[in-house]
Amino acid sequence: MMQRLLSGDYPRSRALTALLLIIGASLALGPFLFPGVRAFSMLGMICVFIIVVASYDLMLGYTHIVSFAHTMFFGIGAYGVAMATDALGNGYGAVLAGIGGAVLLTILLSLLLGLLSLRVKAIFFALVTLAVAFAFLSLVTQLYNLTGGEDGLAVRVPRELGPAFRPFDEPWVGFDVVGFFSGLFSDPANAFKDALFDVRVNGRHLVYYIAFLSAVAVFLFLLRMVNSPFGRVLQAIRENEFRAQALGYRTVFYRTAAVIVSAVLATLAGVLFALINRYVNPENTLNFELMVFILLMCVIGGMGTLYGAVVGTALFLLAQNYLQDLLKLLAGQVEKGSMLAELVGPDSWLLWFGLLFVLSVYFFPSGIVGQLRLWAARRRQRRAGNGGASRDGVSAQGESHAS
Amino acid sequence: MASLQPEADSRPVLETRDLTINFGGHVAVNQVSCAFHAGTLTSIVGPNGAGKTTWFNLISGQLAATAGSVRLFDEDITRLGAAARAGKGLGRAFQLTNLFPDLTALENVRLAVAARYHIGHVFWQMASRRRDITDRAAAFLEQVNLGKRADALVANLPHGDQRKLEVALMLALEPEVFMFDEPTAGMSVDEVPVILDLIADIKNKQNKVILLVEHKMDVVRSLSDRIVVLHNGELVADGEPAEVIASPIVQEAYLGAEVEEI
Repeated sequence: MMQRLLSGDYPRSRALTALLLIIGASLALGPFLFPGVRAFSMLGMICVFIIVVASYDLMLGYTHIVSFAHTMFFGIGAYGVAMATDALGNGYGAVLAGIGGAVLLTILLSLLLGLLSLRVKAIFFALVTLAVAFAFLSLVTQLYNLTGGEDGLAVRVPRELGPAFRPFDEPWVGFDVVGFFSGLFSDPANAFKDALFDVRVNGRHLVYYIAFLSAVAVFLFLLRMVNSPFGRVLQAIRENEFRAQALGYRTVFYRTAAVIVSAVLATLAGVLFALINRYVNPENTLNFELMVFILLMCVIGGMGTLYGAVVGTALFLLAQNYLQDLLKLLAGQVEKGSMLAELVGPDSWLLWFGLLFVLSVYFFPSGIVGQLRLWAARRRQRRAGNGGASRDGVSAQGESHAS
Repeated sequence: MASLQPEADSRPVLETRDLTINFGGHVAVNQVSCAFHAGTLTSIVGPNGAGKTTWFNLISGQLAATAGSVRLFDEDITRLGAAARAGKGLGRAFQLTNLFPDLTALENVRLAVAARYHIGHVFWQMASRRRDITDRAAAFLEQVNLGKRADALVANLPHGDQRKLEVALMLALEPEVFMFDEPTAGMSVDEVPVILDLIADIKNKQNKVILLVEHKMDVVRSLSDRIVVLHNGELVADGEPAEVIASPIVQEAYLGAEVEEI
């Protein structure tokens, strides 16, 4: 069962398994574990960006295609829904029309980009995608009649997906984990009781769970894809395209297919983003900064592992959202006006963010997932070195587990 | 003309007609015409820079010809790319080891088997679930004595093993034309027989075209049905091994002093 679900591609590290379980549980029960609007919207963004980053990894990590047009496809999905509901009202038909139009446009554009890779290679391909993405951005900004220009568009979601929709009269009970643990220190007696909070289930929770289930489905789909014969060919192209051709693989076909799949998934993530955020503008969907963030999440998590997309996205968005708070907390501890206070001030969060990134790339060149797997493999090797018999035991166990 | 021949066997499987490539004024392969029949092993010899590998690249599609044509089973394949030619049965083992370094040895061969059985587009199935593909790949690894190294990353394999794997990839394609480009170069002495036995085995058991670029004259003499000599990009001798080896041009190139090179 697990074998089928994960396509035989296990985390292969206990620490990574634990990390994934924590992330998975936090996302699955998120609205009932973390109170507050801010936490809720961050959980939604993690789900959306897991799709974006995992699909980007299919290109970057598994096929070595560097594209800067991923946000363009994300934006097409987001704007597709926004424009369709703007024009046709807030029915499901409008949403579906938006999705359909966006996916068609994405397939067309990504097909062209994929075929272009026949003539333009490596860094030049990356530059072309950059140019296309910028052209698209300025197009969206200029066609303000349709897109709202810089101001963007409010997305009119169907009633059932909005905050006004209340399927249950009674509130559900949530359990604030963070509050519980901090309560254990300040007021252990009442920690449990204080941690309970009311969750008024509404349409936004429905959207959140659509996004969460989509993220799970897309992740498992991609995991299957990279471990299929098709995925092996993509890796062969990454390793040695010349040789893949000599074996008889038409590499342009495979590269184009990877670009299209990746782009369509980014478009679907854009759709989910529009439904969750209910407001799209060039800043939050097409920005180049966003593209760089996607690239960073992919690299920090570990390229070519897919699990890296989950870990990278979760940690990156956490840092992005809470580093400022952490710094504010630290700044409160040091003397006002001193050099140190300047450094740990909440305004300098980008500095620390950049530093964190440089350090993580320096110490974990293969990403968090790559590094965890390396450590796990070394530990297994050491254990195997200590006793030959135990090694057979371990591998036999692995076999029976796999079948 | 060929179509008038009554017997299928007498028609060449592979043919190059006036095949030429010109690198900015330097003619690396010059109007080489040669036909190859099923069931024969042809060695291509000549000094370094004679254009042997370039000719191979023109046949298997890594390079595009300036003039002339390549025909496979009477079909003009000159305009086809390397992938399409491989699909039509041209198998190539490269002189400089050319593999997928960060994949395992088994995965390398599995890629070749998957190409042969056209399952590269299958994205809904786990590669490891295709036992048929894995078993075939393992069998080919066994043939080149690499069965024990199946799970080793290619980047970590010693040079000799990489050479063997290179041959295994071509075997796994089950081609109509086997093109060996110095298969034993850089191999240790005790490993060479494995590859030579393999080539002899293909020759004896399969009715295929085998092309072999090789410098070791004893190997050439013992394996070949025919020898073709290239020199400065031109075909200068073609015939029975004994007579070609005795010819002045080969004597000069292999036994005599320096041959003037391009």
